[in-house]
Amino acid sequence: MQYPPDMPATARRHPDLRPTLRGLAWTSPFLLGTLLFLVVPAAMSFSFSLTDYSLIEPPLSVGLGNYREMLGDPLFWRVVRNTAFFALGSVLLGTPMAIALAALVETRARGSALVRAVIFFPTLVPIVAASIGWMWLYAGEHGLINRLLGRVGIHDAPDWLNDTRTAMPALIVMSLWFIGSPVVIYGAAMRDVPRTLFEAADLDGMGPLTRFRNVTLPMISPAVLFNVVVSVIWALQVFAVPAIMTKGGPNEATNVYALYVYRTAFDYGRMGYASALAWVQLLLTLVLALIVVLGSRRFVFYRN
Amino acid sequence: MPRRRPNPLVRLAISSALALAALLFATPLLWMAATAIRPADQTLDPKVGLLPRMESPDHRTLSPVSPGYWSGVAGAASDNLRAVLSSPTADFPLYIQNSLRVALLSVVGMVLSSSIVAYGLARLRWRGRTAVFILVLATMMMPFTVIMAPQYLLFRNLGWIGTFRPLWVPAWFGGAFSIFLLRQFFLGIPRELDEAARIDGCGHWRTFWLIILPLSKPALAVVALFQFLGSWNDFAGPLVFLNHERMYTVALGLQMYQNQHGGVPWNLVMTASLVATIPVLVVFLLAQRSIVEGVATQGLKD
Repeated sequence: MQYPPDMPATARRHPDLRPTLRGLAWTSPFLLGTLLFLVVPAAMSFSFSLTDYSLIEPPLSVGLGNYREMLGDPLFWRVVRNTAFFALGSVLLGTPMAIALAALVETRARGSALVRAVIFFPTLVPIVAASIGWMWLYAGEHGLINRLLGRVGIHDAPDWLNDTRTAMPALIVMSLWFIGSPVVIYGAAMRDVPRTLFEAADLDGMGPLTRFRNVTLPMISPAVLFNVVVSVIWALQVFAVPAIMTKGGPNEATNVYALYVYRTAFDYGRMGYASALAWVQLLLTLVLALIVVLGSRRFVFYRN
Repeated sequence: MPRRRPNPLVRLAISSALALAALLFATPLLWMAATAIRPADQTLDPKVGLLPRMESPDHRTLSPVSPGYWSGVAGAASDNLRAVLSSPTADFPLYIQNSLRVALLSVVGMVLSSSIVAYGLARLRWRGRTAVFILVLATMMMPFTVIMAPQYLLFRNLGWIGTFRPLWVPAWFGGAFSIFLLRQFFLGIPRELDEAARIDGCGHWRTFWLIILPLSKPALAVVALFQFLGSWNDFAGPLVFLNHERMYTVALGLQMYQNQHGGVPWNLVMTASLVATIPVLVVFLLAQRSIVEGVATQGLKD
């Protein structure tokens, strides 16, 4: 590259830093915010996780004591199991259901736009209102579900949210009410499939189901990967729904990780132990976020 | 090549499946609404379905097509609404004000900061741009519950607990989803416009204000809508950071109201839930297309 003769000598030896500084300046709100509201709290959380801290007295160093306590804390393992069960259940049921609903809406049959709106709207309902509404559906004696079951002769239906066997499955079923975003994302991915592929499949004599399996599904697989990982991450953070609907009960049956962290910090006032719990959760989430980023980068390569 | 017309049986199956899906997804809200229009004495009545029973002044049962039935329903609904809004234990008008205040402050901050950051990621070429963009994507995966306890400690040290600041100040630093959405939109604006502006002597700041922002109104509106919805619906943030009932947002006030009543006057609890939901429904009805398109772009990262 030719530099103009009047350029100072230093500029020739060092790459120009100005574009980088300008870029950093424009993105500084986000960088500062991430530092202040994410990195600093995470660092604080790590240092507190090595202490016993009740908010009232100054932190007392306990080394790795909190992490060791976690290993032997039966409630910790309980909430890990509950959270994994919830995440697995909601993702394993939600993913095929969202794909099927997206395929249904993308038939563009009459009224499908309205149906998509009806499926999507629940994701916007305030989570508190949604939770209260579902408590009413699940209510043992007067709830709609048990009333309908009574109509068809089932009178010994459980009190869904107050029964240790049914409470978590009930929350998983409720989580399916919020699959509007994946349905929309799958729909967009299906619309992006080149029509020529469908025409080729038609010429090959594929029926609609074979075509769906051999053309549509592979073509939307990047969207599936994206949605699955995002759904898993979000399911692992589930908080508001059990906090409002079951308060983690009955008998810890719906106590989940985020709720346990919240209680440890704010109800039991054990900031140190809560920080250790949060840090473990943070690491798991970072690993999963990394998978999403790598996965979505492969997506670009795949399409271009 | 025209697609073959599917046979009538397939069409019927598709239509029925669509209707069934719509019915299943609409039922919770329909049942909430059906409960919210019931008079107190019918709330738990197993014989009452979607529509409540209404009686004429001389105690004859009215059918839904008879005159006076719907004014009776409106009367019951407005009785419930009045009972909720003037509840002695929960000040919903105040909570609505609080929610609007927090939502407004965070919408303004989110739109401004995110568009600045998105400009830096979409219109400037610099080393590290990709790294910052990956950081944006990574924080998008970082839900609040993971950092709520340490954030509480941070805000406590700053003396912000008991103020609204923890709920809106972070928005002024931009948000991952908004930045992502605006970056995608800015990338689609022709570069020639920037160059023309440069020739006219505009720096980046003036290009941003005079060229990019005016052309991006639809995307800015979507960001504002999402931030409004996120702020209005937020439960965990207010739960952790607000320590006084007078500062509660609608979501938190609703949860408290439900807790106090143990859900028993379901007609009132459902009315309160609809009070929190109806602003969201209005926003959705007005901007359905933009909201759905905004969600769809999430899956199409490049």
